[in-house]
Amino acid sequence: MPGKLKVKIVAGRHLPVMDRASDLTDAFVEVKFGNTTFKTDVYLKSLNPQWNSEWFKFEVDDEDLQDEPLQITVLDHDTYSANDAIGKVYIDIDPLLYSEAATVISGWFPIYDTIHGIRGEINVVVKVDLFNDLNRFRQSSCGVKFFCTTSIPKCYRAVIIHGFVEELVVNEDPEYQWIDRIRTPRASNEARQRLISLMSGELQRKIGLKVLEMRGNAVVGYLQCFDLEGESGLVVRAIGTACTLDKLSSPAAFLPACNSPSKDMKEIPFNEDPNPNTHSSGPSTPLKNQTYSFSPSKSYSRQSSSSDTDLSLTPKTAPYPQSQGIFLYPSSPSLSCGSLHLKKSCLLLSESSLSPHHSSLVSPVLRKSVSFSDELFLAASGMGSGSAGKEGGPFKALLRQQTQSALEQREFPFFTLTAFPPGFLVHVGGVVSARSVKLLDRIHNPDEPETRDAWWAEIRQEIKSHAKALGCHAVVGYSESTSICEEVCILSASGTAAVLNPRFLQDGTVESCLEQRLEENLPAGCGFCHIPYDELNMPFPAHLTYCYNCRKQKVPDVLFTTIDLPIDATVIGKGCLIQARLCRLKKKAQAEANATAISNLLPFMEYEVHTQLMNKLKLKGMNALFGLRIQITVGENMLMGLASATGVYLAALPLPGGIQIAGKTPNDGSYEQHVSHMQKKINDTIAKNKELYEINPPEISEEIIGSPIPEPRQRSRLLRSQSESSDEVTELDLSHGKKDAFVLEIDDTDAMEDVHSLLTDVPPPSGFYSCNTEIMPGINNWTSEIQMFTSVRVIRLSSLNLTNQALNKNFNDLCENLLKSLYFKLRSMIPCCLCHVNFTVSLPEDELIQVTVTAVAITFDKNQALQTTKTQVEKSLQRASTDNEELLQFPLELCSDSLPSHPFPPAKEHLESASSNSGIPAAQRATSVDYSSFADRCSSWIELIKLKAQTIRRGSIKTTVTVEKASPMNEGNFRNRSAPPCANSTVGVVKMTPLSFIPGAKITKYLGIINMFFIRETTSLREEGGVSGFLHAFVAEVFAMVRAHVAALGGNAVVSYIMKQCVFMENPNKNQAQCLINVSGDAVVFVHESELEVVSSQPPTANCQSSCPGGDVTT
Amino acid sequence: MNDAVALRVRSGILEQTGATAAVLQSDTMDHYRTFHMLERLLHAPPKLLHQLIFQIPPSRQALLIERYYAFDEAFVREVLGKKLSKGTKKDLDDISTKTGITLKSCRRQFDNFKRVFKVVEEMRGSLVDNIQQHFLLSDRLARDYAAIVFFANNRFETGKKKLQYLSFGDFAFCAELMIQNWTLGAVDSQVDDMDVDLDKEFLQDLKELKVLVADKDLLDLHKSLVCTALRGKLGVFSEMEANFKNLSRGLVNVAAKLTHNKDVRDLFVDLVEKFVEPCRSDHWPLNDVRLFLNQYSASVHSLDGFRHQALWDRYMGTLRGCLLRLYHD
Repeated sequence: MPGKLKVKIVAGRHLPVMDRASDLTDAFVEVKFGNTTFKTDVYLKSLNPQWNSEWFKFEVDDEDLQDEPLQITVLDHDTYSANDAIGKVYIDIDPLLYSEAATVISGWFPIYDTIHGIRGEINVVVKVDLFNDLNRFRQSSCGVKFFCTTSIPKCYRAVIIHGFVEELVVNEDPEYQWIDRIRTPRASNEARQRLISLMSGELQRKIGLKVLEMRGNAVVGYLQCFDLEGESGLVVRAIGTACTLDKLSSPAAFLPACNSPSKDMKEIPFNEDPNPNTHSSGPSTPLKNQTYSFSPSKSYSRQSSSSDTDLSLTPKTAPYPQSQGIFLYPSSPSLSCGSLHLKKSCLLLSESSLSPHHSSLVSPVLRKSVSFSDELFLAASGMGSGSAGKEGGPFKALLRQQTQSALEQREFPFFTLTAFPPGFLVHVGGVVSARSVKLLDRIHNPDEPETRDAWWAEIRQEIKSHAKALGCHAVVGYSESTSICEEVCILSASGTAAVLNPRFLQDGTVESCLEQRLEENLPAGCGFCHIPYDELNMPFPAHLTYCYNCRKQKVPDVLFTTIDLPIDATVIGKGCLIQARLCRLKKKAQAEANATAISNLLPFMEYEVHTQLMNKLKLKGMNALFGLRIQITVGENMLMGLASATGVYLAALPLPGGIQIAGKTPNDGSYEQHVSHMQKKINDTIAKNKELYEINPPEISEEIIGSPIPEPRQRSRLLRSQSESSDEVTELDLSHGKKDAFVLEIDDTDAMEDVHSLLTDVPPPSGFYSCNTEIMPGINNWTSEIQMFTSVRVIRLSSLNLTNQALNKNFNDLCENLLKSLYFKLRSMIPCCLCHVNFTVSLPEDELIQVTVTAVAITFDKNQALQTTKTQVEKSLQRASTDNEELLQFPLELCSDSLPSHPFPPAKEHLESASSNSGIPAAQRATSVDYSSFADRCSSWIELIKLKAQTIRRGSIKTTVTVEKASPMNEGNFRNRSAPPCANSTVGVVKMTPLSFIPGAKITKYLGIINMFFIRETTSLREEGGVSGFLHAFVAEVFAMVRAHVAALGGNAVVSYIMKQCVFMENPNKNQAQCLINVSGDAVVFVHESELEVVSSQPPTANCQSSCPGGDVTT
Repeated sequence: MNDAVALRVRSGILEQTGATAAVLQSDTMDHYRTFHMLERLLHAPPKLLHQLIFQIPPSRQALLIERYYAFDEAFVREVLGKKLSKGTKKDLDDISTKTGITLKSCRRQFDNFKRVFKVVEEMRGSLVDNIQQHFLLSDRLARDYAAIVFFANNRFETGKKKLQYLSFGDFAFCAELMIQNWTLGAVDSQVDDMDVDLDKEFLQDLKELKVLVADKDLLDLHKSLVCTALRGKLGVFSEMEANFKNLSRGLVNVAAKLTHNKDVRDLFVDLVEKFVEPCRSDHWPLNDVRLFLNQYSASVHSLDGFRHQALWDRYMGTLRGCLLRLYHD
């Protein structure tokens, strides 16, 4: 009986009127966990009942605690008929199971009904008493922390990064069970919500078990997805990266990630030893100061020694008999007992010449441990290869060999992380991806999800081999996704092939020394660009040049990755969002024929998406893509591809070549003219973009001539001249440095279209930047004003003879318009940057395209010089903006109800669609937005909007209230009064952001993962304001529920928030619609920097104190 | 909706931001949708405070409430003192054409008045406090609403042509004085409807004041007292002396008539007719009116034969304030 769950129902408020006669409600509450149910008394005739119940106690297994959600149902008591349900609250009690997270869940939760939405709120207190169970055969995995964040969470330090964990569970979808024919939609929705909640609990528990098996204590980059396979069932799958994390005890140790993340990382190990266990040997502190002066070889030795002391002193893992785990788990028995010898052997090794044979000289008892340290050693030398120049080659090979052997121990050397501690990433190969088309069949036995498992294993294997072909032994920034239509399913996986520093896979405590050395020896931020593969044996054709930064290693001409920009990378100018959009028609087909058709189309789509990306990248004058995410969606009669990435100009990579247009029929004069016209336009665009994104690479070419290593430079020129195009452009002409001209042939109208679409991409209005990575490369001075938003847009295509081009154009317009309207809405935040822009496309039905965008807008300070460390000015500025900052999360959603779907005015409809058709003859363009159903409803607000006109003009939705304050009464006074209570008022402010950090603030505590699934259904779509009104309200409600849960945990923000699924289905004829939304994120507590000053100004004694009791301050 | 878009187009926003009309249209729609969701909450502002759907900072919440409950002077002048019933609501389109305020706005304002009225009508405690508590309005707006509720409840006639020169502010000022002094709440703060209904007993007692004009001796004495005190101080002394009896009779008769509901409704008409207009026709400066009214009410204390000093003060104190406010062009 390892756990006791205690629940208290305190009160309700704003309940709906359930009894028409009295306009009141007789409410009571059912509390259910597992199979046990308790009830409160009925609180008669009140919309604000005060139950103040006793503590309901559930005695349960911790396995159940992990799996089951707590289910609270509010009902209206009815003497004569059945009690009416008002709504439900599901509470995931998982956060209470970590030792250091929340201790109590207490607060107001919105009461949610799948038909009516939020109906009042209920105040609940939940506690868990957990008894420790050390049974090694246990099925539960309490205590394993989960993070959605795809980097090492801010107040933790990675000791070991173990690697990939995955799991999937399957079940029958209640929506498709026979019983669904007789039960109410509400019952079926609730069954589904409950099942998914249960399944994700189970999944999390199982993954937790795997992590414990790997000796980790946390999962980072946890990504859980639902596949609604319809008839064939429901799959919940998750991937993540198992880690051993150490909590950093003092929050004061952090600097805001947004300002100087690298510094942040550096300082952690320096200022205090958060974990006396790992660092108790202590030599690290003096060592670090010295490393600067050490010669490389010496620093190796120091390093090895310090690392092995760490190893020997890491007692937290119990003896582990399996010797094969030695690479991964340093505390194997042989190691811990032989630490002294080990140290000696290490030193011995490093003093002698660099030969791996030495390991054989050591006594056989230590064979294993020696080879281990050997590898460490070699890794270190591999890292130093930058300074070693060409001689680095053999080292590199060795390094590869060694780390490979380490990683090959694992089935899949994948990491879901996208941002890493400095020094973790050695080289990046490029994007690897794999897709496969599968036919779904009914899952016969839910307990044996083998088929699905096998599918994924296949794909992962493919990814692994791709990575190997790139000379990489690991894949980072790994993610998986599916797209399902009827019984065909596309499974996709993608990641970035990379060479990692094996040190981190074993023991992260060395990171400080290592990193120091790295920064000393390697020219900052170009190491990861260097090719990991063999130059002579390239996996694909690429133009290699010498790195423009260090001039020693080869780099490719462009680099595509799925990860975030490494913090130490040198970037010139700013980045921008680059999207490739593509539609392909396909014939409607059944089952296997369909699957074949899709798999035949896939390679072409991939190719085209890639070409588009490449072209757009060149057009922007950039040479690298980060955060690349290619999504291919399958629909009834089309396939859609959407690739988003952030383009940047990496200083280490060569100048991007321009785009050249070549016509196939050069004899035609007018045609020639046309081509040259186009060429000019393209060149202009490139020049303009370069200016826009401030890409002015330093003119190294001339300066460096006198530098000591001109030789490689010459070579690179040689290499370039070979591919140089005929027209002679001087080296200095940077506006259009034609190195490797990218030639576009326009031989048919198709290609013409492509070129046109290239040019139609409108840059965002001035003051706006956008990217899909965590932060915008090239902008560092964020202010703390953030605004997260979600926008859903549904568009219906008219079905008549669609062509690929028309479709492409529609889709392109849709995305562009979506972005445009976002820019418009956020205009008050200028200058700002849309970060983490996440597009999701789905094709819920025939001719229906749904695009969901989630992003966060962060303002930045234009005047502040880049890289400034907190000046006083900035501090005061930040404080000012904090005051009037808000997170008014208007879900900026809108949907265009298309005309054909609209049952009302058929005549007008034809008229309009006809007119739109005549406008653009060939294209059956998507019909425009129609609001008629909404008009009368809104009319009463017209006058209000007039009243508001002032507000609206100023900034529609957001902030900058400062000036406005003056107008109504003595607002200043009001604010003074309201500011303090707002902190402890019933509605605490909870921020939401898809980023892993909060600008201008420090995350002091992670409270647990938020993973929620909601279904909303309506049978009165028109009355609720049509599709737009329905979705708008639903998204707002989802936000409200997420915030309420976070607030109840004691948190004040959700980071790494993501809307993983938004499935919308409508049946306009029946006036019905249904929507499923799945969101997740990490609940955190953050402190504003301005507030933190007070705390941190206290002498560092506080830090010492808190670090003494084992780094556990959270109790 | 389209009006709003047109309005925004005219504001030149498209040129400023380079957005297209479609974007503006959808953006405006979004606002409507959001406001639509907010409107429900605004009907009971405390809900807005506790709701979890929109995260709005307190200052913005206050602004929303304040703006939603704001009203147009021109509109309120039209409905002031009218019964807030369906019948009046039907006349809103007339008011709309007359005042130039859109019908929708009229409806919102009317519904706001009615909603506030319904909630506080039967409540005990101070009217202003109640309104503030239940609608979270600013002090000033709450006072205005208190006046509106008070007028609606007592159905004071304000629409007569004679009264057209008076602003809402004038009436609100009078309402506040009357609430402070003439209602049940002025004597006893524990009764229902304390601030909404006039103190019936007090109105009944006002009949006693009739003696001031009915008794010839008292009237003469009163007049001589006032005249002696004001001789030389008043620019319009002779007119005052000549009119004293008329004025006094007028004021006292207004008091005596207040027992009848109908006459209560005509209070302002009577006051203007019996006092403001005669004075105005003689071109009394405001200061003289003040001096006169002060002296007029004070000298009653020296009338030995008059026993209802407290009653007189309660009546005249308020009336003096009201008259001074009403006395302008």
